[in-house]
Amino acid sequence: MSTIQAEKIADPWPIINRSNEPVIEIMNLKKSFDMEPVLVDVSINLYNGENLVILGKSGSGKSVLIKCIVRLLNPDGGTIHVFGEEVGQLGNAGLSELRKKIGFLFQSGALYDSMTVRQNLEFPLRRIKKGLTEKEISEKVIEVLENVGLADALNKMPSQLSGGMRKRISLARTVVVDPMIMLYDEPTTGLDPVTSDEISELINDVQQKYKTSSIIITHDIECARATADRIIMLKDGEVYTEGTIEDFEKSTDPLIKSFFK
Amino acid sequence: MGKFTPIIQVIPRVLPKVRDVTKHSMTRLSEKTLEQTGIFSRFLMDVADVSLFIGRLVREMFSGHFEWREFFQQCFQIGSKSLALISITGAIMGLVLTIQSRPVLVDFGAVSMLPGMVAVSLIREMGPVITALICAGKVGSGMGAELGSMKVTEQIEAMEVSSTNPMRFLVVTRFLAATLMIPLLVLYADLMGILGSWAGANIKGDVTFSLFFSQAFSSIAFIDFLPAVVKTFFFGAVIGLVGTYKGYNAGRGTESVGKAANSAVVLASLLVIVTDMIAVQITDMLMS
Repeated sequence: MSTIQAEKIADPWPIINRSNEPVIEIMNLKKSFDMEPVLVDVSINLYNGENLVILGKSGSGKSVLIKCIVRLLNPDGGTIHVFGEEVGQLGNAGLSELRKKIGFLFQSGALYDSMTVRQNLEFPLRRIKKGLTEKEISEKVIEVLENVGLADALNKMPSQLSGGMRKRISLARTVVVDPMIMLYDEPTTGLDPVTSDEISELINDVQQKYKTSSIIITHDIECARATADRIIMLKDGEVYTEGTIEDFEKSTDPLIKSFFK
Repeated sequence: MGKFTPIIQVIPRVLPKVRDVTKHSMTRLSEKTLEQTGIFSRFLMDVADVSLFIGRLVREMFSGHFEWREFFQQCFQIGSKSLALISITGAIMGLVLTIQSRPVLVDFGAVSMLPGMVAVSLIREMGPVITALICAGKVGSGMGAELGSMKVTEQIEAMEVSSTNPMRFLVVTRFLAATLMIPLLVLYADLMGILGSWAGANIKGDVTFSLFFSQAFSSIAFIDFLPAVVKTFFFGAVIGLVGTYKGYNAGRGTESVGKAANSAVVLASLLVIVTDMIAVQITDMLMS
């Protein structure tokens, strides 16, 4: 149990209209690995159109949280509702339908090594947007590649790309199927500050262009500053505090200050 | 009381030592028991894991939607990429067998039986087993490493969130491609072996291609051919199953990729030998 008491932040989310229905509603989520609790009792809502940043130290359960949302991991307790549907109650077909609405950017990029950039982008498109013609697929692939500024990488293999380029292509692969929710797992980890800023800009572009609601898992404060409408900090598998970036920057809490120094 | 005094005096000194020895022995005994229980329970968990994996594999195989494109790509990968290796190995197998057998057959005046002997031994045993062992090394380790690295770099999870069933897309296709392609590679290796044998026969003798082949094939009965072909399907299934299982269940770290590839080769090779032994016993029982 934490000895540091989280301070109360009066109006944690003034920008977005709170009367919106949450697109993701997480209630009392619990998850342990080998009897070691990772998420203790987490309740979080993601509202329509918002960029929610989840901050926390390594091992605080951030990545586990978003993997539970798409049921890559099964929680031990609690419920997750996405667009009103309880994720834990969905069958294979229901889960597959739900995943079509959610884009997931993995920490490592997770590009398929054996496929070219074009094939990487076509892969989810052919499976999720069935019925598209070859011409439409090709146009869509080029459009998203142009959006991330890498149209010339179309026929390259992932091994020929730099870390930043891989992240951009991975982001392009995620948005190519027009998801309604984006989950970013440490999108700027391992990148230089300039490339990190570019990725943060792309996250904002995606939100504006595709009207997505996003959860951004990070411990990169610059990324949080650039993208967050609201921030939630996790500590030891629990929600420690929440607020806007300004609230966090003004905070005198030692843990928050250690992030924002 | 007086005569017991020395004993009573000794007890407090001896008792802690006895207690220590007992405690030590008990600790060692319990550690050993726990260790053995641990090994046994790990073994049981592995068996359960493999059974669940096979169950899921079979279920996904008959679940309706089949990934034909990936299946044909895997067939091509397994077949074309092993072809050069199988050609060389098959030819050398036949060549060496001929060079080694010829002097003995010459001594017995039975050199005319050379093509038949080589063909029967290649088709019945040497071709299937040696080709399967080579494929266990090449195909099995390739599958283990490929799926293992996909697991480590979250590619399998990425597939899952793209509404693609990775078990169906990655495992079923590779398993079936190995089951189908390895028998074809074995037949090809047999053919290359007979060609190598003909080349070997011509090093010290002179025999025409058509004569050698007609003698070789006239010695092969259907009963030589059928069990050998049937068992190669099992070899392929074993190699595909072990390769995909080890890769799909690799750990999280990068070292687990190497472990998956390595254990896939070792286990697949061992299981090929065991399967061969069982197949030979069954064939023997059926033929006698």
